[in-house]
Amino acid sequence: MHIFHNTSFDFLRWRWHAIILSWVIIIAGIVMGFTKGVPLGLEFAGGTQIITQFDKTPSIESVRQALDRNYPAGGENVVVQSYGEPSQRQVMIRVPQVGGESGTSLSATRSAVEAALRSGGLGNFATVGSEIVSPTVGRDLSQKGLSAFVLSLVGILAYIAFRFEFSFAVGAVIATVHDIFVTFAFLAFFQYDLTLNVIAALLTVTGYSTNDTIVIFDRVRENLRSMRSKSLNEVVNLSLNQTLGRTVITAGTALLSAIALFLFGGEVLRGFAFTMIVGIITGTYSSVFVAAAIVTFWNRKTRRVAAAAPSGDAAAGQRGRKQKRAKAS
Amino acid sequence: MLKNLSWRILTIIVVLIVFTMVGVYPIAASFYKWPMPEWLAAKQLKLGLDLKGGVHLELRVLTDTALKAETEAQAERTREALATAGVNVTGVTAVNNVQFRVDGVPSAQSQTFLQTVADAESTFDRGSGTNGSYTFTMKPNLQKSFREESVRQARTTIERRVNELGVSEPSIAQQGNGEQILVQLPGVTDVERAKGIISSTGLLKLTLVDQGPFATREQGLQTFNNVVPPDIDLLPFRGEAGAGTVYYAVKKAAAVTGRDLRSAQEGLDEYNRPAVRFTLKQDAALRFGNFTQANIDRPMAIVLDDRVMSVATIKGRITDNGQITGVSRQEMQDTVITLKSGALPASMEYIQEQTIGPSLGADAIRAGVTASVVGLLLVVAFMLFYYKLSGVNAVVALIFNLVILLGLMAYIGAVMTLPGIAGFVLTMGIGVDSNVLIFERIKEELEQGRPVRIALNAGFNRVFLTLLDTHISAAIAALFLLQFGTGPIRGFAYTLLIGLGSNLFTSTFVSRTLFEMVLGRRTQAATLSI
Repeated sequence: MHIFHNTSFDFLRWRWHAIILSWVIIIAGIVMGFTKGVPLGLEFAGGTQIITQFDKTPSIESVRQALDRNYPAGGENVVVQSYGEPSQRQVMIRVPQVGGESGTSLSATRSAVEAALRSGGLGNFATVGSEIVSPTVGRDLSQKGLSAFVLSLVGILAYIAFRFEFSFAVGAVIATVHDIFVTFAFLAFFQYDLTLNVIAALLTVTGYSTNDTIVIFDRVRENLRSMRSKSLNEVVNLSLNQTLGRTVITAGTALLSAIALFLFGGEVLRGFAFTMIVGIITGTYSSVFVAAAIVTFWNRKTRRVAAAAPSGDAAAGQRGRKQKRAKAS
Repeated sequence: MLKNLSWRILTIIVVLIVFTMVGVYPIAASFYKWPMPEWLAAKQLKLGLDLKGGVHLELRVLTDTALKAETEAQAERTREALATAGVNVTGVTAVNNVQFRVDGVPSAQSQTFLQTVADAESTFDRGSGTNGSYTFTMKPNLQKSFREESVRQARTTIERRVNELGVSEPSIAQQGNGEQILVQLPGVTDVERAKGIISSTGLLKLTLVDQGPFATREQGLQTFNNVVPPDIDLLPFRGEAGAGTVYYAVKKAAAVTGRDLRSAQEGLDEYNRPAVRFTLKQDAALRFGNFTQANIDRPMAIVLDDRVMSVATIKGRITDNGQITGVSRQEMQDTVITLKSGALPASMEYIQEQTIGPSLGADAIRAGVTASVVGLLLVVAFMLFYYKLSGVNAVVALIFNLVILLGLMAYIGAVMTLPGIAGFVLTMGIGVDSNVLIFERIKEELEQGRPVRIALNAGFNRVFLTLLDTHISAAIAALFLLQFGTGPIRGFAYTLLIGLGSNLFTSTFVSRTLFEMVLGRRTQAATLSI
């Protein structure tokens, strides 16, 4: 069975459209980020989050009123949401940083919220989970997260430059950065909290996107060697078509599992799964339209990539294949 | 060729059996209550706090306070030594965390002074004296080792306290820039008590009461004309400082400290109320005996963490034991734990706290397992539909992959967290990529009219390098994730890394062997269901 059979799409013809589309999404994301802001998860913003389980499901509005009445210090920024399955009768309350979340007063906010709920006449409840983060933690994490990103990108750049050629590495890294920006844009559109889990998903997207790009580059490298008469653009287009089936199928299976996570993975993993879904789609798109296009831009003057960078192992692979074929026949 | 093949099949079977035993069997066994040998139970896949429920705390050790304490102690020792040597200085004061200053050294006595402070100069650098003032600064390399040492000591003290609490499988680790300590207490639900026990300094002092009690702190201050003398502490009696608390002025230099304790245990006082009983070490007992002998009829205070716990008049010579009375049962238990584990060298502050109730953890597990099963079924269904019989091959490789992943995680003692489960699900979705890559290549080769066996070989050989490249670059991203993350994220990164390794093995070695098994007997395989 074939999804795509002997296709000959001219992907490179669409590269300008793709670049415009990408910029539109990224700029819209940035605008969104500045106007509405990207909601920071507790780990980054600091503050207090409490999950309570009630004997009788209270309306979100009544919880809110109880807090407004009995815990005015929380102000208007208190977030109240139902949490998990409705049958669990759980409510999540999040109070942003009030300034004192450190040392002995770390859990003062939690006590205040619990007291406010108790005097709010909402029936019996139990606190089933809570998380309190002091502001310094968030700063530490943001720094570490950023450096993890930058370092992993440098690592990947170096590896691809070593295995392929510098222009390929640039293409792969720009494609990956593109994916991170696009994913961020979608997180801003849908106002998902930026949590540690989301950062983990973003880093996974980094790996996935590079993976996808490398498969295509690998085919380009192979075809550059065997098709010496063709121009670089022709070779890239051909390679994209040859790997198209695999690209789509892999994106499909990865999406299937990410969707399963999104639908069934529970409250904590929802942001993670959403990030993965967006990341898989943009990662696949960028491998085809961004990474490959950059290689052609980079080499537009030379017309051909200085064929076959570190050719040793690949050539050996081909030799090995010839020998085996000789043996088999 | 065939002999080679049977070796490979044997390898695969052995790998499958071993990893099933280590990874899958214990999970099923604990679920269905099957028997499980001790050594296997020890290697079982551990659940993270977010799945099991418990308390997660992060503290920062304020190493400055350790330096300050050391500097003050040295200033105190120097003052005593100078007094003994008869050098009349106007003052010895701690300037900051690492410096103290001796003022007003008479020039006639400078020789004696220098001899007396030679002892302090092993740890402090002496500045040149101008107008009889000398500044002593702690040696920089000592400052560094002092900080490190205080964090290490804090960690071992916390470990002892947590063990006294009776928590099973706690985890205590240094992290961050080295001044942070992470404490995970599975199964604990009373956060406040755990926090109190872990961070109370546990500094016990038996010392003379100078004056008091005073109804307020201000009243106490007035007695000293608003300047508390350097050898006196003005401390609240029991409870937190605040309104309604009486204050005592006590001598800073303690007769006995927590270090002199031989043991501490729970007990009852003469009115059958809870009390903390303690006994002193031999040399301290002698010292304490002389001290009490010399101070009969004077009031003595028992001070714990800068709070006066009790005040009693010395009625006679006391040697090796004493008790702290007037505490609640809970206070008694907690005080015994802190006294037994020793004092913390520095204060600590909590910077993060997370409590996961057992029900929340159970919900997370249920959701994670559902997502895994649904994800697995979707991927399996797709592969069988699209690749037909070869899809079976991919599915076998996939299941193999998951078995190895579970087994390896159990073996290296990795912790399964909720994001770890997500990594698990993704490993399935992205993991079949290797099979897809190989199968698509084989299809291409077949379309170019190559015989089945040659197409297979070409597919596997050609794609192997691509797989190596993709797996290594994904591993680079996962390694940095490992560096960055704590707790749950670390679990995710581990799952991802191990998944990459086992995927490379199953998609090439296992999958290929399976193909050859099927083709093995037939010399001329005409078709391949792919």
